[in-house]
Amino acid sequence: MTSNQFPTNIAIAGVYEHESRFSPDKTEFQIMAECAKGALDDSGLALADVDGLFGASMTMGMMGIVDLAEYLNIRPSHIDGSNIGGSSFVSHVNHAAAAINAGLCDVALVLYGSTAASNAMAIGTGGSSGSRNPETAFTVPYGMTTVGSYAMYANLHMKKYGTTSEQLAEIAVTMRHHASLNPLAKMRKLITVDDVLSSRLISSPLHLLDCCIISDGGGAVVVTSLERARDLRSKPIQILGCGEAVQHQGVGDTDLLTIAAKQSGNQAFAMAGLKRSDIDLAMIYDSFTITVLATLENLGFCKAGEGGNFVTGGNIGLKGTLPVNPDGGGLSSNHPGMRGIFLIIEAVKQLRGECGERQLDSPETALAHGTGGTIGDKHSGATLILGVTQ
Amino acid sequence: MSNIEHPLPYASFESLGYWEGTGRDELVLQRCNKCQIVQHRPRGICVNCLDASNLEHFVASGKGTVYTYTVTEQNQAKGFAKACPYVLAYVDLEEGSRILTNIVDCEPYDVSVGAEVMVKFVTQERPDTESFAVPVFTLS
Repeated sequence: MTSNQFPTNIAIAGVYEHESRFSPDKTEFQIMAECAKGALDDSGLALADVDGLFGASMTMGMMGIVDLAEYLNIRPSHIDGSNIGGSSFVSHVNHAAAAINAGLCDVALVLYGSTAASNAMAIGTGGSSGSRNPETAFTVPYGMTTVGSYAMYANLHMKKYGTTSEQLAEIAVTMRHHASLNPLAKMRKLITVDDVLSSRLISSPLHLLDCCIISDGGGAVVVTSLERARDLRSKPIQILGCGEAVQHQGVGDTDLLTIAAKQSGNQAFAMAGLKRSDIDLAMIYDSFTITVLATLENLGFCKAGEGGNFVTGGNIGLKGTLPVNPDGGGLSSNHPGMRGIFLIIEAVKQLRGECGERQLDSPETALAHGTGGTIGDKHSGATLILGVTQ
Repeated sequence: MSNIEHPLPYASFESLGYWEGTGRDELVLQRCNKCQIVQHRPRGICVNCLDASNLEHFVASGKGTVYTYTVTEQNQAKGFAKACPYVLAYVDLEEGSRILTNIVDCEPYDVSVGAEVMVKFVTQERPDTESFAVPVFTLS
């Protein structure tokens, strides 16, 4: 069992989102380095202050984090290159908070960079055509795709609860409205529910506009002690709670509709000592529209089966009871393969009040939840609850 | 109808009993006789007692129901690109485990959650390897 006494003396001191959505002239590490500079400048710290390095990417292999330290020419005292999919960076911030609290490092830098778009990666629909891996022997012969797995979740949810394609489409429409207010977002032209429903099916019941975009990009987050952060350039954002979880098919007896977010969310809320209704902003990994619905239900923002109603009528819009992804999310702003770091960056900027046209009215608490891997199959979940300091 | 060219699965020591079974047109599942657990995918240990000594294979009936499914309209991978649209599904087996599979020999959009299905084995001769059989399902 985890302790509810999570250290509340850790803060996010700097963030940076790479402005580009297409960088054919840059490498992953170059994008990460540019993001490192951006986040360190934001905090007022220097690369020489960094003694904890965290990072993962689509292509970093074994010892990738060591390669990254070499690229940056730094010699940190604490490194963590764990890769649990798109949620990795939420998990890295959780691990950084624990490491700083334990005295293993003082200034942690969390990095992501990707050239998924300029490499023309088929992320959601590129099913494997062969494998020498015993773990995939039972999926490879059948043409399992990422979008196909989420689509199977969606069909089950529709059958069990009567959820509709129109309700899922509203999520995409809301994200696009948010993106229209974000000058960095890749897709800013407003869309309607009909636009989503008339876009071609990719894997039933999910249409093209139910799926996230593919972009290049990157981001960085600087984590340090609240005490140190108070003396730095930007307003510190405190870490209030966190949780991580894994969900998979077990021995073939798992309830597919229960995802990792249920466990990681409960853990994060218990640590933070907050209720669901205390949260002013939710940053939810939106690989597909169904991902948002599944995550909101499993985090407990609404009951199982009520997600369809919860996401309609502007309820997750900027003026709704729970604004979700004011930046436009992976559905419309950016999705360079692994999106977890942008959940944290937008949460911090909103809590600081730096978001211009899409800025919420003085939010004090935010939740970020990253999903890594594939809902409907095996996946990880990482939850982070943040708050402004008093 | 299915024109999927199923990619060759990698049969490890742990799953050899399963893939040898499909070669005999038998759907073989694994059970721990001590814990009374049916587990799929097959493993070298029982996930409850972490012991192998009470594991055995048995032939399943091949009957099941569709737990959930999707009609795949886009998959660029070799063997699947020309087979679209095809049905990807989880099937709950009568004996109490679940298998990822394809539902074949039907109009893809005729498949539904809860539909009763029966196993069928697709044997593929390939120039690059020995023949192998993949269990798929048809609507009952």
